[in-house]
Amino acid sequence: MNAPTPVLNTGIGAPLARLEDGRFLTGSGHYTDDINRPGQLHAQLLRSPHAHAKLGKIDIAAALKIPGVVAIFTGADVEADKLGGLPCGWGVTGKGGAAMKEPPHPLLAIGKVRHVGDPIAMVIAETKNAAKDGAEAISVDYQELPAVASTTSALKKGAALVHDDVPGNLCYDWELGDKAAVDAAIGKAAHVTKLSLVNQRLVPNAIEPRAALGEYEAATDQYTLYTSSQNPHVIRLLMCAFVLHIPENKVRVVAPDVGGGFGSKIFHYAEEALVTWASKKVGRPVKWTAERSESFVSDAQGRDHVTEASLALDKDGHFLALKVHTVAGMGAYLSTFSTCVPTYLYALLLAGQYTTPAIYCEVKAVFSNTVAVDAYRGAGRPEATYLLERIIEQAAREMKIDPTELRRRNLVPANKFPYQTPVVVAYDTGNYQAHLDKAIELSDYKGFAKRREDSKKKGKLRGVGISCYIEACGIAPSAVVGSVGARAGLFEAAEVRFDPTGTVTVFTGSHSHGQGHETTFAQVVSTKLGVPIENITIVHGDTGRIPFGMGTYGSRSIAVGGTAIVKAMDKLVAKGRKIAAHMLEAAEGDVVFENGQFKVAGTDKVKSIGEIAFSAYVPHNYPHATLEPGFDESAFYDPTNFTFPSGTYICEVEVDPETGVVEIASFTAVDDFGNIINPMIVEGQVEGGIAQGIGQALIENCVYDDEGQLVTGSYMDYGMPRADHIPNYKFAFTNTPCTHNPLGVKGCGEAGAIGSPPAVINAVLDALAPLGVTNIDMPATPSRVWAAIQSAHPAKAAE
Amino acid sequence: MYDFAYHNPKTLADAVKLLAGDSEAKALAGGQTLIPTLKMRLAQPSKLVDLGGVAELKGIKLAGKVLTIGAGTTHAEVAGSADVQKSIPALAHLAGDIGDVQVRHRGTIGGSIANADPAADYPAAILALNATIKTNKREIKADDFFKGMFTTALGEGELIVSVSFPVPDKAAYVKFPQPASRFALVGVFVALTGKTARVGVTGAGPHAFRLPGMEETLSKSFTPAALDKFSIETQHMNEDMHASRTYRAHLVKILAQRAVTAAE
Repeated sequence: MNAPTPVLNTGIGAPLARLEDGRFLTGSGHYTDDINRPGQLHAQLLRSPHAHAKLGKIDIAAALKIPGVVAIFTGADVEADKLGGLPCGWGVTGKGGAAMKEPPHPLLAIGKVRHVGDPIAMVIAETKNAAKDGAEAISVDYQELPAVASTTSALKKGAALVHDDVPGNLCYDWELGDKAAVDAAIGKAAHVTKLSLVNQRLVPNAIEPRAALGEYEAATDQYTLYTSSQNPHVIRLLMCAFVLHIPENKVRVVAPDVGGGFGSKIFHYAEEALVTWASKKVGRPVKWTAERSESFVSDAQGRDHVTEASLALDKDGHFLALKVHTVAGMGAYLSTFSTCVPTYLYALLLAGQYTTPAIYCEVKAVFSNTVAVDAYRGAGRPEATYLLERIIEQAAREMKIDPTELRRRNLVPANKFPYQTPVVVAYDTGNYQAHLDKAIELSDYKGFAKRREDSKKKGKLRGVGISCYIEACGIAPSAVVGSVGARAGLFEAAEVRFDPTGTVTVFTGSHSHGQGHETTFAQVVSTKLGVPIENITIVHGDTGRIPFGMGTYGSRSIAVGGTAIVKAMDKLVAKGRKIAAHMLEAAEGDVVFENGQFKVAGTDKVKSIGEIAFSAYVPHNYPHATLEPGFDESAFYDPTNFTFPSGTYICEVEVDPETGVVEIASFTAVDDFGNIINPMIVEGQVEGGIAQGIGQALIENCVYDDEGQLVTGSYMDYGMPRADHIPNYKFAFTNTPCTHNPLGVKGCGEAGAIGSPPAVINAVLDALAPLGVTNIDMPATPSRVWAAIQSAHPAKAAE
Repeated sequence: MYDFAYHNPKTLADAVKLLAGDSEAKALAGGQTLIPTLKMRLAQPSKLVDLGGVAELKGIKLAGKVLTIGAGTTHAEVAGSADVQKSIPALAHLAGDIGDVQVRHRGTIGGSIANADPAADYPAAILALNATIKTNKREIKADDFFKGMFTTALGEGELIVSVSFPVPDKAAYVKFPQPASRFALVGVFVALTGKTARVGVTGAGPHAFRLPGMEETLSKSFTPAALDKFSIETQHMNEDMHASRTYRAHLVKILAQRAVTAAE
């Protein structure tokens, strides 16, 4: 590993144990559901049991008589109070400048329900049990309608319409790239590999179900919303400006300890606005906490792509062009970030690590009578990587070129950075050969043939699969994303405040829900300011305390949030030099800052940063015109580019041909995240990401039946990766520091989930190749693998 | 969950009395199915009669060639019992692979059998080992016990007291877990006593069943190779998103072969 050598055992580069783990491991974390306010009531949502139905009469009379029921709200109340619908944060402009279709998403269903779980009424009662009794006592006349139960059926002629005013269920038909050039290249290529695949829908499954608690204080006309969110400021903005029409200064949103998000807690959900609104209506705090079965039908789901692609190669295996056609499921409504995921977070990554000169991608986003789909760990980038690394592996097999060699022939050379791709983004830096070489070495790729023989002796089929991923993190340069439809910039804010006695409180707009920011950010601050780590507190997740924040997603926190902290510290150091110059009676230009000390160069005059802080709060004779008291600075940082982490993953599997069971025999991950602040935390992030990737590759699958009922509505049928699925990984890092942020960092939170699914599936297909299996969709469950073996044609494989 | 009355009797007689004459009353053993059902409001019993305090239902006894396990014995107790490990190691292994640690310390053998989940593990062993189920009223032979999906020969107010297993010469249980729930997608228990082989299958049909044809084959030759040409009817197999009928039937054969290999 090439991270800088830590100065302190708590500084940048140190594998410091996580400072927040004490409270988490002893059950002392403080989550939204742990918060109870005086007089608090409980909310239960009555949710649609049907995928698609017209709503007739909703009779709440009997429910209101249930003991303990305080109030019931329906879509009629939402309309009467003229509440807005949940907004989408990203406009996508389709072919020919067509605006995307953006149907309303009311907080409670009005006229129609559009998916199983669509909320119809909110019952508020003294206890959760009474609220449930109330919800059961509501009688609803449903007129069932035919449902669009899948992404593939949405575009079929004669399909039902999820929204009456969205013809063909088409949200947008979008394209990127030069179609004519790509078609021409494919037409004259020596070899064209074609691939059809499904990137299946997933359920995010954060360990803490979503919860929201709204409180209204009449005396001050102030609302507080506690919510399990990844970005409380964004929730406040969207809820105030678009939904409840409340002045933002009247609303505080707190996201306390949050038990995982994986993207699913980025979005503004109806329950957040409902409990806030209802707390004023009923004059008491209102809490809603999802049960797991409710999470399955109300948390935005992930992925859901159906794709056809062609890769053109010359006779030596150089990539000439890539053509991609994807149908992406949006579900019944547009969630906050949904529309950008299969476009800007997908097509922009289709160059991967390669020099493919021409790329064309067409994406049709469609509505169906299913739960909304939005960003889930990786968001678009796993889909791009999966497609690219599958089709490359298939091309290698077809052309009988070693898959590492085929990739090597097409990697962007290390001396070609910055590298402009044909799909908008320009990579600032990278060294793809370095992690490919390292992964080949670490995985003993050359020894694979021997291991395959050993497995064969045990009756097992062994396969090896490669995946070379790239991702665009540090979301996002506002100018770039604004130009492609983002309705807000994606900067980050920070405030670094010295207390008079020299301790430091950092207010960050990033939000930690498992990432370990309280440790990582403190390491950065400790190193830069020379303050002991125990004197640093990281505060996040509260609009009442933090200047502003865009929150945490897209592996952005260290690159964007961390840089905002660095910028604020730069301002503190600049001010500290002024104060030191004043105190030491020196010229400001002569004062240097090192290891927590302000020194007058060439003298023994020195003031520690703690002394500067104390002076700033008990100033003497400060020159009023040029030096303010106080030692507290904030900064807003808008990156100039994405960061581009990359890596090579090599997976080996053993398949039991009798049962179809796939076991991960080994997994090697070599990542380039630029400089690393805490290698232990980074390794943990990669480990967790790969576990989720293995989950997608082998186990997880969100399935609806033809009527739009969720078949996998609990852990009885929705499989999750478990400890015994996960091998002991082999990890290594290479390092090409990011060139456009001061820490040289790139972000690591999603890499594992992005890079691993194709490595696993490529390995499975490699194992099954001798039996004539050429394609398998995720998840490669035993039953699917066995069925693929049964329907394969070994004779063809031998050709 | 809905409200219900809770009773915690100390004797079998009291438990039976509490259940008598109330068809809405439910006996609570380990609660590993019943409690989630209540939490999801899928059942509304008038009262719960908790059998956890009934001492007569506890314990494991090995007498000669018969192993008797009290209905209230947890899976963890069965898995950890020296008597079970010594006499029928396959049964200890089966119990030790049910659910997870928490489930194994709450769930009981009596509860599992009375519930008769089509994917539960114990029913395969009951059939293959030719167990006898003793209730507060009578003794029921294994072959007469499982009647359908979640349906048994137990009458109203009838409680399982213990299960007796004749000790076989060798036996093994091989489970193929359903990928999500880890219940048995298919589980096969084989046992050989003298020259008689018995095969109990769970997970594959509406309730656990024996395979007489396979038993006949294995009684002639208790070897995996004996089953090479054996084919299994698919029409009565379960089918769901996790496995087709064909795949389940295939697994029955493969697992039976593996169980024969593993039998000890």
